[in-house]
Amino acid sequence: MKILISNGRIVDPASGRDERGDVAIAAGRIVALGRVPGDFQPGRVIDAAGHVVAPGLVDLATRLREPGHEHEGMLESELNAAAAGGVTSLVCLPDTDPPLDEPGLVEMLKFRARKLSLARVFPLGALTRGLAGEALTEMAELTEAGCVGFSQAEVAVADTQVLLRALQYAATYRYTVWLRPQDGALGKGVAASGALATRLGLSGVPVAAETIALHRIFELVRATGAPVHLCRISSAEGVELVRGAKAQGLPVTADVSINSLHLTDVDIGFFNSAMRVTPPLRGQRDRDALRAALADGTLDALVSDHTPVTPDAKHLPFGEAEPGASGLELLLGLTLRWGEELKLPLVRSLARVTSDPVRVLGDALGSLASSAGRLVEGGVADLCVFDPAARAPLRGQQLRSQGKSTPFDFEYTGFELPGRVRATLVAGTVAYEAR
Amino acid sequence: MLSRRHPQLNRHGELIHLLTIEGLPREVVHHILDTAGTFLSVNDRDVKKVPLLRGKSVFNLFFENSTRTRTTFEIAAKRLSADVINLDIARSSTAKGESLLDTIANLSAMHADMFVVRHGESGAPFLIAQHCAPHVHVVNAGDGRHAHPTQGLLDMYTIRHYKKDFTGLTVAVVGDIVHSRVARSDIHALSILGVPEIRAVGPKTLVPGDLREMGVRVCHDMAEGIRDADVVIMLRLQNERMSGAMLPSAGEFFKSYGLTPQKLELARPDCIVMHPGPINRGVEIDSAVADGAHSVILPQVTFGIAVRMAVMSIIAGNEA
Repeated sequence: MKILISNGRIVDPASGRDERGDVAIAAGRIVALGRVPGDFQPGRVIDAAGHVVAPGLVDLATRLREPGHEHEGMLESELNAAAAGGVTSLVCLPDTDPPLDEPGLVEMLKFRARKLSLARVFPLGALTRGLAGEALTEMAELTEAGCVGFSQAEVAVADTQVLLRALQYAATYRYTVWLRPQDGALGKGVAASGALATRLGLSGVPVAAETIALHRIFELVRATGAPVHLCRISSAEGVELVRGAKAQGLPVTADVSINSLHLTDVDIGFFNSAMRVTPPLRGQRDRDALRAALADGTLDALVSDHTPVTPDAKHLPFGEAEPGASGLELLLGLTLRWGEELKLPLVRSLARVTSDPVRVLGDALGSLASSAGRLVEGGVADLCVFDPAARAPLRGQQLRSQGKSTPFDFEYTGFELPGRVRATLVAGTVAYEAR
Repeated sequence: MLSRRHPQLNRHGELIHLLTIEGLPREVVHHILDTAGTFLSVNDRDVKKVPLLRGKSVFNLFFENSTRTRTTFEIAAKRLSADVINLDIARSSTAKGESLLDTIANLSAMHADMFVVRHGESGAPFLIAQHCAPHVHVVNAGDGRHAHPTQGLLDMYTIRHYKKDFTGLTVAVVGDIVHSRVARSDIHALSILGVPEIRAVGPKTLVPGDLREMGVRVCHDMAEGIRDADVVIMLRLQNERMSGAMLPSAGEFFKSYGLTPQKLELARPDCIVMHPGPINRGVEIDSAVADGAHSVILPQVTFGIAVRMAVMSIIAGNEA
């Protein structure tokens, strides 16, 4: 169907464009941008007056719980959550049950996701079989099946020799390895080391868990030339190391989660298990450093780190509660909130969830690399239309995700989230529309 | 509202649960200690009972094994005329896979009025207090490394009994501070009561520098730590920490940090020595000190019953 999005504020971070105009869509592509030819005959008009028309969001860290939870229909609920959050492309982690370590599993996931016609799903394959950190997976086969990179999710590779080999092998094919920098032994605690953890008697994860892992990764990148994406940096010291590595020209990129960007360990309050996330929430100084680094580009992308967790898994003492929080439906609002607080123009804040994550993905996106995460005539029509002035308190129970736990529930934070998604289009089809 | 109001206070600021000493107003602490003083005489009577909790059911929920603390809570509840039910959860429902909150819901349906909870995870009593029926009161009898507030209060009762005034004291807490819920509760209580010098003494593996953020002076040297102290609180060293990555051996620990008569000479002549028990003779404390003139370890146990009676009667008298 031909769709005309009329009279919106077109914001395209990739080109820097921010102006009022129309967008014409036909056959899944943007056919005109700004001024639409008079002979365009839309089957449907979306009046976007007062709304922003932006590229659909690209989220580099999500968990869809499939394979593992097919019977609960989690893929469908989580992709609906993505659409409701304006997310049109997402990268999912391989820590499923079983892990994504075989091409058949990846093909099935891609197939089932395609059938739903919601967000585009880009899986990360397991770097090692069963994520056990011992034997390499068939990376070339997995790439053919649709993987865009390789990851250990939250599982550290204990054996440095294995990590070296994995990076060498991945570098052979120029595959990007996605690593969350956390030392396995030092990372066993449940909260960030510091005054709060000491006071509450919670086991701590020191900053050194992150910095030691980063040093190790950088040495291996230097030795192998493998491109590495560093997932969810959490500390001021980590930010400094990433900045230094980039200055030296190492082929690394990095992201930060919405949780670490907006919260600190003090938000744990009286053992609120909604605040139990990985990496653990750190201090004010860390949060400030992460915000500044995301603004100056040291950190390339902002991610939701979407992890649906059931109430039963959260209604436990803090240390026993399952880490994780829903995030797909919060990514836009928390991007806008960060941008407002740092007084960034919309083109700059939105870049971190549109064009920049696409740059991180690079060639792994294939033909989409030139048009996903941006608005360009002839490019795919993945769009998000939202009202930037709307403000609403967030209630976990209202999320479409099956995981209702979020640390940003109004009950905990007391703040309202900016931005309300009016419509999300994937390949020119309406995937979500607000009532 | 998890974050706004402290979960142990009602909207009038009255104590409805005892979960931690942190944040308690000084008057509340003194009120508990004063109330405990009135109960001490009950313990000396022939008929050791008062009817304050008559008809109430107190459930002792011990998810972690303990004989001593459970017994003192049981005695305290019985002297208040409550019905006491002891549940050894470590060996029953949770072993069958029942969740903590399901256990609580089931016991609430049996019309419990008060839960005395010990749990291996820091914060577990907060979770229970936030999810139990509004009329049910929760007393934390020790959660993970976080807090053991009745032990902290009985330690304050003991110090007040022997020293009268807190505002000129030097108190040294010695041993495995990092894993100790007793140490945390003591440190909070001593701060609230205005003790000007609180020292945490031990090796760096057991006394990390982060503790300074709780307002203590960190000492890794035993002599520096107990010099001129008015009160020395020795902590129990858990068996599993006596050898491994935390400490090489119990013997080496005793040599550096064990309290001997010689080391005690560095403290003030009228110093008192405390220990939450059970003591490891020859590991953290020499028998000559544990049984010596400075030791108040057994009076601590006696005061502990009165303090627990005070806590239970006060929170039972306040409504959510």
